[in-house]
Amino acid sequence: MKEIDITAVVENLSTVIDFVDEQLQAANCPMKIQMQIDVAVEEIFVNISNYAYGPDVGPATVRVSITDQPPMVDITFIDNGVPYDPLKREDPDISLSAEQRGIGGLGIFIVKKSMDDVKYEYRDGHNILTLKKGLN
Amino acid sequence: MTINKESKGSKLTMAIQGRVDTTTAPELDKQLRESIDGVTDLILDFTKVEYVSSAGLRVLLSAQKIMNKQGQMKLIGVSDDIKEIFDITGFSEILTFE
Repeated sequence: MKEIDITAVVENLSTVIDFVDEQLQAANCPMKIQMQIDVAVEEIFVNISNYAYGPDVGPATVRVSITDQPPMVDITFIDNGVPYDPLKREDPDISLSAEQRGIGGLGIFIVKKSMDDVKYEYRDGHNILTLKKGLN
Repeated sequence: MTINKESKGSKLTMAIQGRVDTTTAPELDKQLRESIDGVTDLILDFTKVEYVSSAGLRVLLSAQKIMNKQGQMKLIGVSDDIKEIFDITGFSEILTFE
């Protein structure tokens, strides 16, 4: 298990992605899956950066844990901002035309669709969100 | 991300290279808005795009809405991995690929 403690600001997105990619590449994660994971990590980290602390800035921890059998990664995001469960957000209606479609809820929808499992809990003043994805 | 623009009459081709993410999508949005006045054929060349997140999808949606009013927009050279993001979000139905 490896983790990074970082200020939750959008400017730190590439540092977080690089950190996650480093662990994935060490585990020989296929490029396609790495991209799906990167997109999910971006959506969650940017959400925390934009909303967790309101107009203020606060910390986030990103923890990456990889297992061999079966090849799998768990990525956990922890912040102590306002309690917020992104999984409760209503899914966008993906059958609408361009004119009818809004831009809300797309990010978390992609996360739910592309990861094998996404879990949220609020514990001891922390938002804890975990992504799970098989690496083959 | 870098963007190369090539204009021919009312046809504009924008070749995008690199990652279209939260940090770069605003620049793509700005470049599009600055350039598509009077354009009836917009081609977005995705051959060298490595990555698209929801921030990129939002820019594509707003460009598509503008182009629906004044002409057409096509994406070319989209990789299978990126196509999958369009598929799961229903964007494959909204966008035109060639």
